[in-house]
Amino acid sequence: MLKARTVRKPTNVEEKPSFDENTFGLEYPHRLNVYDRPPAFDVTLEEFETAALDRLRVLAEIESSAVRGRSWEETKSVTGAHCKKYLPLHSSSAKYIDRDAERRKDILGHFVLRLAFSRSDELRRRFLKAELTLFKVRYDDSDMAEREAFSESRNFNWVKVDDEEKKVIRSQLFSVYSGPKATREALFKQETYLKVRWTRVPDLVSHRKVFLKGGWAYVPSREQSSIIFQEFESHLEQALLLTAKSLPRLDEDTRLDPILTNLSKGFLAGVASGWNDDQIDKDHITADMIDSLSKHFPLCMQHLHFKLTKDRHLPHFGRLQYGLFLKVLGLPIDEAIAFWRRSFSKITDDEFNKKYKYNIRHSYGLEGRKANYSALSCSQILIPSNKDSNWVCPYKHFAHENLSTALAARYQLAGTDLSEVMATVKAGHPHVACTRVFEITHAAQGIKKGEGIGGGESVTHPNQYAAVSIELEKASSGTKSEAMVVG
Amino acid sequence: MDATAMPTFYRRIYPYKSIFLWLNHEHNPTKLFTHREFAFTLPGDVYLRYQSFANAEEFKKQLCSMTPTRFEIGPVYSGRPRDRKTLRPSAFVPVQRELVFDIDMTDYDNIRTCCSGAAICKRCWGFIAAAVKVLDKAIRDQFGYQYLLWVYSGRRGIHLWISDQEAVDLTDDQRKAIVNYLTVVATSKEASKHLNVRSNGVLPSLLSNALHDLGTIFDSLILKDQDLFSDEQAWLALLELLPQSMRGTLEAKWSSGEKNSSAKWDDVKGVINGLKSQSPAAFNTALAAMEDIVISYTYPRLDAEVSKHRNHLLKAPFCVHPGTGRVCVPVDPSEVDMFDPAAVPTIGQLLEELDTIREGSSELPQEHHNDWEKTSLKPYVDMLDKYCLRLVEEARHARREAPDLTW
Repeated sequence: MLKARTVRKPTNVEEKPSFDENTFGLEYPHRLNVYDRPPAFDVTLEEFETAALDRLRVLAEIESSAVRGRSWEETKSVTGAHCKKYLPLHSSSAKYIDRDAERRKDILGHFVLRLAFSRSDELRRRFLKAELTLFKVRYDDSDMAEREAFSESRNFNWVKVDDEEKKVIRSQLFSVYSGPKATREALFKQETYLKVRWTRVPDLVSHRKVFLKGGWAYVPSREQSSIIFQEFESHLEQALLLTAKSLPRLDEDTRLDPILTNLSKGFLAGVASGWNDDQIDKDHITADMIDSLSKHFPLCMQHLHFKLTKDRHLPHFGRLQYGLFLKVLGLPIDEAIAFWRRSFSKITDDEFNKKYKYNIRHSYGLEGRKANYSALSCSQILIPSNKDSNWVCPYKHFAHENLSTALAARYQLAGTDLSEVMATVKAGHPHVACTRVFEITHAAQGIKKGEGIGGGESVTHPNQYAAVSIELEKASSGTKSEAMVVG
Repeated sequence: MDATAMPTFYRRIYPYKSIFLWLNHEHNPTKLFTHREFAFTLPGDVYLRYQSFANAEEFKKQLCSMTPTRFEIGPVYSGRPRDRKTLRPSAFVPVQRELVFDIDMTDYDNIRTCCSGAAICKRCWGFIAAAVKVLDKAIRDQFGYQYLLWVYSGRRGIHLWISDQEAVDLTDDQRKAIVNYLTVVATSKEASKHLNVRSNGVLPSLLSNALHDLGTIFDSLILKDQDLFSDEQAWLALLELLPQSMRGTLEAKWSSGEKNSSAKWDDVKGVINGLKSQSPAAFNTALAAMEDIVISYTYPRLDAEVSKHRNHLLKAPFCVHPGTGRVCVPVDPSEVDMFDPAAVPTIGQLLEELDTIREGSSELPQEHHNDWEKTSLKPYVDMLDKYCLRLVEEARHARREAPDLTW
């Protein structure tokens, strides 16, 4: 395990600012951050990794929101929920909370991921997009004071339009407002304008939301965020390029490199959050129950189950992937041996005992080095650590025709549902497709589009898929029986 | 065309110096020229991309030896295009490019009566002239650009090249933004339907500023010159754009008898004025519809895809249009109304002019540099040279302003 060896980052030591009303005496006075100051403090390797992983969870969810076409409001609430869980960041006025610690973690996570994701164009682009969304979400739920303090703290290179100039362009700006003349007058009077080169607010120009004159865009203060977002984006874009250039020097650090490589792999698979085996209480299941439970399985496991029933056999990696899944699902060792013995009906007891029993017991940690193996998560299946590993994710490894046949056969998917899932697969987002299938097949239990396996979370582990599915069935049958009692 | 025509044109007439200066912004070759992609179309439809040259002399040499039927100018890349195979893909990306616009007559086919398709006459040039005036003004006033070079495309369209430093540096996203801002009339097939540019019923300032000019153009071009609405299909299309309640009255008036477009437009105005006293709300809606009609018939129709990406190639000025033989000459936007596409010199005409010079003078000229000076191409090259002079001056000024970082 990595423990408490400290990583010292080269820093130019800065003096802590003295207490000041506006900064609440904080080392990091602003909740919003454009990350122009690298973390200038000691961190342990563990902190280094956790800060990055937690941030990655949030960013991965933002990415999956974009892929699944969630609206801005949905994205905001899902991201907000994730942030609260993994990356809380309270406002400067919050009490009884170590805001500096939160902010340190925020900054650390950002910079670690910056290191991890600056290594390719693709990663840079995706990181930039996700970070920008995160920034927008945070900007959106910051209060006015927070935003103002932030925008005062940096030079955004805008020019305030003075009253003289406002008068000159009055007739032009006036047309933007609607309603009776008096209201428009009042609105115009209140509004303050900022002047920037039009190239800095391309989105506002694109939608004709600003008045242009001589290449200057007159941005009303309510659209000010556009300038800030653009600044954030171009600043980070530059910074990522710079980081990319200095990466070769970092490769020498053997402690950091594996962590960074793992992080970038996780992001590429679109799966970050870990799902722990101990998250379900293990109601023991028996070999007889597996067939009827299989309707709760994600497609990978359904496929293996179907293949096993059909061929009366599974190849090594199939046995391992499915066997560990069943173990975590709650199948004890005796039942497991019974299950596999029965399934391999073409071979003799003797052959089974010789060739397979040992392996099954081994996977339960009863033989050999007695390691307690956990079931494979989606990211392990999608990006095997060993080249020869032959795991199966149907959404990634199946030919498209086979996949769509399988979806129709196992889940009775058809029509727009099927084509939607297939489109996601073709766009290269297996976990999103899987999550969507979960939503479709659990619509009867009230799962709506975008909800995922609860709270908008995506599928990241086959066992998590099955556990939630079983849970949902229990819950709905529970309410039914209660209703009957009441009725 | 005779086989020696193109070689002679490239050898004696093509104004390399002017084109070099126009692309390069200064006399010593910079990346703006050396890292620039040229693409040649060779006889037999062979398309040769990623040509690049160290200076104007090399540029001329290559054109003379390859004699493309036409050639196009692309972006400035981060490396020399001709070295691209030795560069990593990430080290070879488009970085700069003049901001370009393309207006093509075909986008006006549903509202011009005189010709269609590839054909163009002095009368349909009116549409191009109107587009040039409106767009030129909008870009100068609102985006503040000053170096706008309009170039006749040789047949039925016009290109605009903007060389201001800021315009050259625009990213693709910024280019998309300016195109979206300026695109009012969709040029797709289902165009000419209702315009959708108002927010809360108010026209964006882009259009409210231009409305007066557009009104004048509508009157002279659509109503008088093209007399568009004397055609039944055209006036039925016009009715579609007006509020439902007005259609019946007008249709009754127009279906019998041959009224010209101005009379029909007067009818529209008459009906709308009638509404003024009855229902102010209906009057305002109808007035807005009328403005929208004026805009959708006269506002420049842009070929948006050309402008959106830096790596789009566009035919170079002073090329010969392979179909018409006309040279793609610069057009002065302030005199665009007087411009007659039929009066643009053709390659045949220019070569003839050269021949007469040779016969007229006693001694045979040894050198063939700048022979364009002796042909009717001269005023056009002069126009570009004058423009380049301003551009070079501006670039020098900008360099002087910039902080000196060299020691």
